[in-house]
Amino acid sequence: MTVNLTLLVIMGVLFSVGVYLLLERSLTRVLLGIMLLTNGANLLILHTSGAPGIAPLYDAARDPSEYSDPLPQALVLTSIVISLATTAFILSMIWRSWILARRDEIQDDLQDRRVAQQSSYDAEDDDALPQDTSEFNHADARFAPSRHNEEEAAESPGHYRAEKFSEARGRSPHDH
Amino acid sequence: MIAVLLVHGLAALCAPAILKRTGRSGFYLVALVPLASLIWLITQTSRAHADVDGWTTTVEWIPQLGISLSFRMDSLAYMMCLLVLGVGALVLAYCARYFKPDAQGIGPFAAQLVAFAGAMFGLVTADDLMVLFVFWEITSVLSFLLISYSRTKLAARRAALQALIITTAGGLAMLVGLVMLGNAAGTFRISGVLEAAPELLGSTMVDVALVLILAGAVSKSALFPTHFWLPAAMAAPTPVSAYLHAAAMVKAGIYLVARLAPGFVDTQWWLPVTLTLGLGTMIFGGWVALRQFDLKLILAYGTVSQLGFITAVVAFGTADTAMAGMGMVIAHGLFKATLFLSVGIIDHQAGTRDIRRLSGVGRTAPMLFVVAMIGAASMAGIPPLLGFVTKEAVLTAFVDHASDPLAMIALVCVVLGSILTFAYSARFLWGGFARKPAQFSDLDAAEDGQSVIGEFTPVPWAFLVAPAVLALLTVVFGLWPAPVEAGIVRYQEQFPDVAESHVHLVLWHGLTPALGLSALIIGVGALLYVARRPVGSFQDRLPKLPTGDFVYRKIINVLDMVAVWLTGRTQRGSLMFYLSVILVTAIVVPLVALFWYETPPLAGFRYADSPAQLVTGIAMIVAALLVLTAGKRFLAVLLVSVTGYGLALTFALHGAPDLALTQTLVETISLVAFVLALRSLPGPLWNRRPAGHRVFRAVFAVVFGLFMMALAVFSISSRSAERISLELPRMAYEMGDGANVVNVLLVDIRAWDTMGEITVLTVAATGIASLIFVKGRGDRLRSERHELDTQQLKVVRGADSAAHSPHANTRQLEVARRFTSRPDADPFLLAGRTLAPERRSIIFEVVARLLFHTFMLVSFYLLIAGHNIPGGGFAGGLMASLALTLRYLAGGRYELERATPVNAGWMLGAGLAIASLYAIVPVFFGGAVMESYTFEWDMLVFGHVKFVTAVIFDIGVYLIVVGLVLDILRSLGGRIDERIERSAVESRKKRAGRGARIRLTRNGPEVTAHRVDDPDAPEGSLVSGDEPQEAQR
Repeated sequence: MTVNLTLLVIMGVLFSVGVYLLLERSLTRVLLGIMLLTNGANLLILHTSGAPGIAPLYDAARDPSEYSDPLPQALVLTSIVISLATTAFILSMIWRSWILARRDEIQDDLQDRRVAQQSSYDAEDDDALPQDTSEFNHADARFAPSRHNEEEAAESPGHYRAEKFSEARGRSPHDH
Repeated sequence: MIAVLLVHGLAALCAPAILKRTGRSGFYLVALVPLASLIWLITQTSRAHADVDGWTTTVEWIPQLGISLSFRMDSLAYMMCLLVLGVGALVLAYCARYFKPDAQGIGPFAAQLVAFAGAMFGLVTADDLMVLFVFWEITSVLSFLLISYSRTKLAARRAALQALIITTAGGLAMLVGLVMLGNAAGTFRISGVLEAAPELLGSTMVDVALVLILAGAVSKSALFPTHFWLPAAMAAPTPVSAYLHAAAMVKAGIYLVARLAPGFVDTQWWLPVTLTLGLGTMIFGGWVALRQFDLKLILAYGTVSQLGFITAVVAFGTADTAMAGMGMVIAHGLFKATLFLSVGIIDHQAGTRDIRRLSGVGRTAPMLFVVAMIGAASMAGIPPLLGFVTKEAVLTAFVDHASDPLAMIALVCVVLGSILTFAYSARFLWGGFARKPAQFSDLDAAEDGQSVIGEFTPVPWAFLVAPAVLALLTVVFGLWPAPVEAGIVRYQEQFPDVAESHVHLVLWHGLTPALGLSALIIGVGALLYVARRPVGSFQDRLPKLPTGDFVYRKIINVLDMVAVWLTGRTQRGSLMFYLSVILVTAIVVPLVALFWYETPPLAGFRYADSPAQLVTGIAMIVAALLVLTAGKRFLAVLLVSVTGYGLALTFALHGAPDLALTQTLVETISLVAFVLALRSLPGPLWNRRPAGHRVFRAVFAVVFGLFMMALAVFSISSRSAERISLELPRMAYEMGDGANVVNVLLVDIRAWDTMGEITVLTVAATGIASLIFVKGRGDRLRSERHELDTQQLKVVRGADSAAHSPHANTRQLEVARRFTSRPDADPFLLAGRTLAPERRSIIFEVVARLLFHTFMLVSFYLLIAGHNIPGGGFAGGLMASLALTLRYLAGGRYELERATPVNAGWMLGAGLAIASLYAIVPVFFGGAVMESYTFEWDMLVFGHVKFVTAVIFDIGVYLIVVGLVLDILRSLGGRIDERIERSAVESRKKRAGRGARIRLTRNGPEVTAHRVDDPDAPEGSLVSGDEPQEAQR
């Protein structure tokens, strides 16, 4: 199959300009770049259908090779309508970004930067562990001091004693 | 066996509900489940020991992979089950007194514990490698949950996670090993693998598989170098430590070694790995245990040591060591559980496990002391306890093989380790129960130089039952070890050298070398205990190696840092960076593929297909290049549309009328959308990138363009076959009943494509509406749309006027406004009068009046006729959209509301529903999804009529396209109008009311205030009385 230089060059220019605009910060220009890229891609698909022919409307008398190739056309048709949806979607994004921040520029994602700079220290993993030699030692923050009574001492003497011990050392058992 | 598993599962499900009603005593109920299972198992003893293979139950699971739920109760499994169920029942019963009556979360705890018993039962009875692995992982997860029982404690959470990570990492290696082993053996049945074992020996694959499996066993049984999770896991409640981390779960690794030892002891790496790690861990664990002050940690390191010991013995792989090793497993399960449960009681009654704060417990709780002493003595290997009997057997087994250098080394290590075991057992007893010198203890000194006796509440008998039963068993089986031996004999028969075996579990062997070694162990061990202070200071003087936990955290920290570093390098947050990476990949990969494999020859070139194409092309190229220099937003957009319209022309020249039509309509509508959306943004386009970036981008862009051209040239040149669509026109006509091949392709041949596309359109439309309206789709505007009365019209128009000419208030406008407010003037474009007169466009109004209906008719025609002529749902829908756009431009958003009978959301939904129904209905009539049918009949006037059902699909497409454009107009048009108007009205109000809102009038001492801008506001006195000065201010 021969290559059509005109279509080839148009496509190349559309792609180049499209990529150039795509790498900009201005959202509007990015959108323009995407529109140009779409046009370039559609042209490429059309190019694959080879030489032009008559419109693919069936006529029993004709040889099938006289029609221009209908398959790329169906693909391009789908792409055209999707591109309308994409364009409109990005437009509303631009508008929203303008309303929120008064700029139509692509910002670097600060969250990503923060992730890149975060420390590997994690309290859950790396915090110092207190030495703990009883399970009955302020295990449960929900206990209220008023429960320190005879009944408690009988039911769970270990807990009672562990608390008395830490009280003796001058700290409340309910601190963590 | 499956019934036992089910009962445990059921008990786990019910346990939270039971404990909610009964409180902690519910543990007794739950304990009945393993107890009943244990009793059932004991009644089946003869069946399990009837022959070597025991008995089997199998249920098909995944026959395609050769995996079945198959369980085997042979003598090894039987012994393990006795341990698991017996200790499980006792520990559950013990929990009923261990927890506080109002402890939180004991329901789930009980469920996890009983589920663990079931999982462990499944693990040791599983006869399928994969089923075994599943139970193996279940026990890891349950261990994680049980360790982290105290959710509020950092130590518990961290230990749980650490244990999980290490055991599952080992489990992962084991899974690979199991798969390799199963594939090599050709079966996943464990019995089958063991039968095939003799043929598998010598294969490197099997050697590697066994090393991987051992990695799993080592991590599960806490052997060096993964031993450190076990002491950390002591953050779990003590019953969990007793059950999982002493008697049951950590034995899983030993069980696996015991299971595979008969077949695979001769593989290349088996003995080096198990003996090195096992014996090394034994000595290391014992040495470290001597330095601990927490009773639980003494036991934990003791367990690590014992697990290493048992692993080495069991893995040694002779019938003698099998007998001795399995005896050790039972003995260890009994005495270690006893000791842990005793420690739990001490902690519960005294509030500490620190030996420096315990003193004289032996005197205040003599029963507990006796129980713990039996356990510790059994651990130390003192007659007549089971620990002594089995250790004696181990020594005999090694002494008898002393000609083998490996056995000799093992014997030396075992003796060394046992001496340490004796020493730390003594330290445990002394630390837990004795009175200690005052300088050692944290407690106050008494008169005799010893510390005072610590406070200790007497132990209720119900609390002591579980450890006492275990201690009793230790004594009974020590005096009468025959039942234990009888249980192991059948397992011993799996080893080839069973005929030469002569090790028996008996209390008195006579005066043998083993007895001499036992005496040596006790003697040196006692010496080590007596000299504990010099030994301790010697230990302190040794250089300290980093602990396993420290190394583990370092490794995790390095992982963290690598993760942060890698994320930081790749996820920089710069869109340009991401795009560049994508584009470079897009260039490099296809080019490499193109030139690496095969570079197709280039075909011929042609300049252009027609002069018109060339001219169009030049215009498109010029427009595209001018976009780069355009400084104004709308100029740039217009230039881009030039390329779009040029493309439409190219389509037309190429014989693609459908494309030309659609492209033109789409280009027009997107131009309108562009202008509508960006009208509030400033005109100029800023370019703040530095020049260096610009050069980089230019080079990048040109390279990418050239790359695309090269790709196009090569792919088009390399085509040598005829196109596949040659048959399509005929098929489209004869089978799809449509002459327009492109349309038949869209709605019939490639209908799934279109289905996907309209879904995307719906999503995009919804996205647009949500981005603009934020709260929902904004469809409720509809209720406000109908007939505005004159007053409302005035208000709306005033707002519009404020928005578009805030300062104009000329006489001409006054006149124009008077004329336009006649309500009966014109029924069509009525709502157009909501626009300010100065904004109304005569041209749009005239065009809308002339063309709206025509456009709509054409759009219907395109829709219906599209199957045979250029058109179809897309073109028709776009045509209707264009008509609506005209209506909006002429009459504003109220006019648009009036023009659409249903709102956009409904339209999109209806479109999708119609398309989906069209797709699915043929199935009910025996057709394929999306099959199209043709109906033909004769009708009066119309003559012969042919109806192709694909039109229904096209109607769905039509509705969705209209819905999409309606959403664009409503959002980017109407909603933004409204916003602009509102802000204009507000700023006008602000200007009018500035500085003159309240007027103060003074009348003597009284000051009254009037709202100047709102005469209806009640007049009132601001301040009355004595402070006129303040009011004035």
